[in-house]
Amino acid sequence: MNRFFRMAAGGAALLAATAMSVPMAQAEPKQGGTLTMIYRIIAGHFNATIASGTPTGIPATQMFAALIRYDDQWRPHPYLAESWKIADDGLSVQVNLRKNAVFHDGHPITSEDVAFSIETIKANHPFKTMYAPVTKVTTPDKYTAIIHLSAPHPAIELAMSSQLGVIIPKHIYGEGNIRKNPRNSQNLVGSGPFKLKEFKPGEYIIMERFEDFFLEGRPYLDRIVFKKMSESTSRIIALETGKADISPFASDPQELTRLKKSKHLTLTPDGYSAIGPLNWLAFNTTRKPFDDKRVRQAIGYAMNKELMIKILYSGFAKRATGPIHPGSAFYSSDVNNYAYDMAKAKALLDAAGLKPDADGIRFKTTLNFIPGGAVWKRWSEITKAQLKKIGIDVTLKASSDFRSWIKTVAGHDFDMTLDSVFNWGDPVIGVHRTYQSTNIRKGVPWHNTQQFRNADVDAIMEKAGLENDLAKRKALYAQMQKMVVEEAPVIYINESPYHTIYNHDRVGNPPTDSIWGTSSPMDNVYIKQ
Amino acid sequence: MQFLTVVIRRSLYAFLLLLAVIVFNYTLLSMVPGDIAETIAGESGGASAELMAEIRRSYGLDQPFYVQLFGYVGRVLQGDLGSSYYFNVPVLDLILGRLGPTLLLVITALLLAIFTGTLFGVIAAQRPNGIFSHFITILALIGFSAPVFWTAFLLIILFVSMVQIMPLSGLADPLTESGTWQWYLDVAHHLILPVVSLSSIYLAQYSRLARASMMDILGSDYIRTARAKGLGQRVIIYKHALRNAVIPVITIAGLQFSHIFSGAVVIETVFSWPGLGTLAFESILRGDTPTIMGILFFSAFVVIVFNLLTDLAYRIVDPRIRHSGTA
Repeated sequence: MNRFFRMAAGGAALLAATAMSVPMAQAEPKQGGTLTMIYRIIAGHFNATIASGTPTGIPATQMFAALIRYDDQWRPHPYLAESWKIADDGLSVQVNLRKNAVFHDGHPITSEDVAFSIETIKANHPFKTMYAPVTKVTTPDKYTAIIHLSAPHPAIELAMSSQLGVIIPKHIYGEGNIRKNPRNSQNLVGSGPFKLKEFKPGEYIIMERFEDFFLEGRPYLDRIVFKKMSESTSRIIALETGKADISPFASDPQELTRLKKSKHLTLTPDGYSAIGPLNWLAFNTTRKPFDDKRVRQAIGYAMNKELMIKILYSGFAKRATGPIHPGSAFYSSDVNNYAYDMAKAKALLDAAGLKPDADGIRFKTTLNFIPGGAVWKRWSEITKAQLKKIGIDVTLKASSDFRSWIKTVAGHDFDMTLDSVFNWGDPVIGVHRTYQSTNIRKGVPWHNTQQFRNADVDAIMEKAGLENDLAKRKALYAQMQKMVVEEAPVIYINESPYHTIYNHDRVGNPPTDSIWGTSSPMDNVYIKQ
Repeated sequence: MQFLTVVIRRSLYAFLLLLAVIVFNYTLLSMVPGDIAETIAGESGGASAELMAEIRRSYGLDQPFYVQLFGYVGRVLQGDLGSSYYFNVPVLDLILGRLGPTLLLVITALLLAIFTGTLFGVIAAQRPNGIFSHFITILALIGFSAPVFWTAFLLIILFVSMVQIMPLSGLADPLTESGTWQWYLDVAHHLILPVVSLSSIYLAQYSRLARASMMDILGSDYIRTARAKGLGQRVIIYKHALRNAVIPVITIAGLQFSHIFSGAVVIETVFSWPGLGTLAFESILRGDTPTIMGILFFSAFVVIVFNLLTDLAYRIVDPRIRHSGTA
């Protein structure tokens, strides 16, 4: 559904769209009003060049503009860049900036700032693959920047969008250790549609309309109040009573079930395809007996995934089938979906030489799970019960807090774990990391903690990462998905059931018209009353 | 003179105790698995090993433990509690910013509980088997046994969701300009539900305590003497008996101050009240060691100071302790 972006960027999206880039809305938006947004976490700062994560990303994309923005069909559109062009050899990207764009302090946004931002991201951002092939950024003139690449890098457009590619002013953030710059959270100078009015650490953020924003007439809202509300019950009441207009990343089934009943609220799963959150069961493939792929596959067959989704998520979540999120342009459903099959599971374990003993036990193992949220605990209990049926005796290992879990899993000191991992737009950014054999790094979370090694998968990902032809690239990823699912370092269960909940009586043009959802600029959003 | 010696001696003990607390806390926290680099990596959806090493280096976490410990103690003695890893602002600023709302919440709740509790207790003590006394006993039982978050949510459902007359959360509406009279009114409005919820536990305690202590005193010799002298009931109760009956109440109130952070955490979380309790709780989850250390130090400081003050308050109220010099 592409309601707001009327211009098709056309085919492979390599050609930059025209200067006519202001998205048009169907209804007649109104100027003014305050949007109250609630979220369970509030970030410590909003400098998205040095940190990822949605608590930073949601406010950061309001206060900082990126070069490109995306609609909900994975089509890139001009944003801070008036146009851009990837060279035919794929080894450089020319970016032409808007000439009317200024930072919140009035300084013009120039190619120097683009070069500085990209260099900062490359040096500091956790997602190293985003700009890894960037060798340098040259600035032939004030409004032209050329990004030079050591190899073709199709992921670069996504890396230039939303919170991944925000443009920050060099004259503010260029001095000293950027990680400790106090202006990451106070007296912030941004490039986006809203400027920071007030930030109370741990409480709320007030962002106000930036009058000199480079898109004429935008944003519509006077301000956005972003409040932290960590209690689920409080969020429910705030939405029900109209004290809050919008709440992103809601995934608690009880919360969703209850709020679905409110007439003035809309619950939508749209706007999460770029983040691409997947829930899965991961194996330590170096530990016995999980070094045998038949054992991993057997567990895949033994888990009744549809039943789990129904019990755990009250029907709000959708099945995930492979390493790429179903919302992605590179998703392929042509994989083994491990339909629930106990006989097959037992046969595979027999073949692997794991016969049941007198008590019917084939082997004993442990299962870790991410702390936080009752769903994970219940999920682990159901898994234990299901695996018991094929003779696997599972001991559940709860972690007292997030860091203890990271320590265990990233330290490769686990048998199996339940995990939630994001795709982050392009497979090069969020997918490769889980399967590349070169990315096994002890102590670092969300790398290849499964320690999965497969030369064919490595080769195909490398090829796909360099392929600028969209159709060919899709074909490569389809192959990759099939292979990874077959090898089963991970059993995919479901998409995290993230929903954006908003009051449709008040909120016009809700921020679900982009693959980035609420982590995209809300210059379109308006208040109806 | 003797009084002054006691004060000085106790202050010295307090200082040594505080120093021990810092060392102990720091040692304990350093044993917790995981650190800020992992938290940043966790929140960011991953980080490279080089970046994690860089973060550790920039926060001095690559140094040996004893170097970190001595460095920390030295800085604290100079009044520098360090900077929060998460918010990147001085811990002291963070604590002072949160102290106001917490004190406002806790002191208001405590005062409400002490005054109404004592009043209820005193009234009930005069007719221990009367209806009012039973009513208080039941009220105390419910208040004390109901979990405080339950009471809070009940109040929220009643006064925010059903009868929509109360605000849901926060210290005030973020859009009200702070410092104006509208803002003070707004804060007062936002304060009602958290204070009532929080005082419900204390109220129960104080009314029971005051009732028991009052009944005890009403049976004592000097009250009988006062009655024999022909003094009126009102004078006996409020001038002679009450003064003695509040001693245990003061003791408990002083001790209660050490619970201010723990007791208020739940209420602060439920009402998104920007207090120290939530800051402490969330800092622990975030692995923000300087902030946790700062709050622990601060709460130890508060507890020690209030114990001192309670002790002094005793001496002023109760002449026997004042003259004995010890206790």
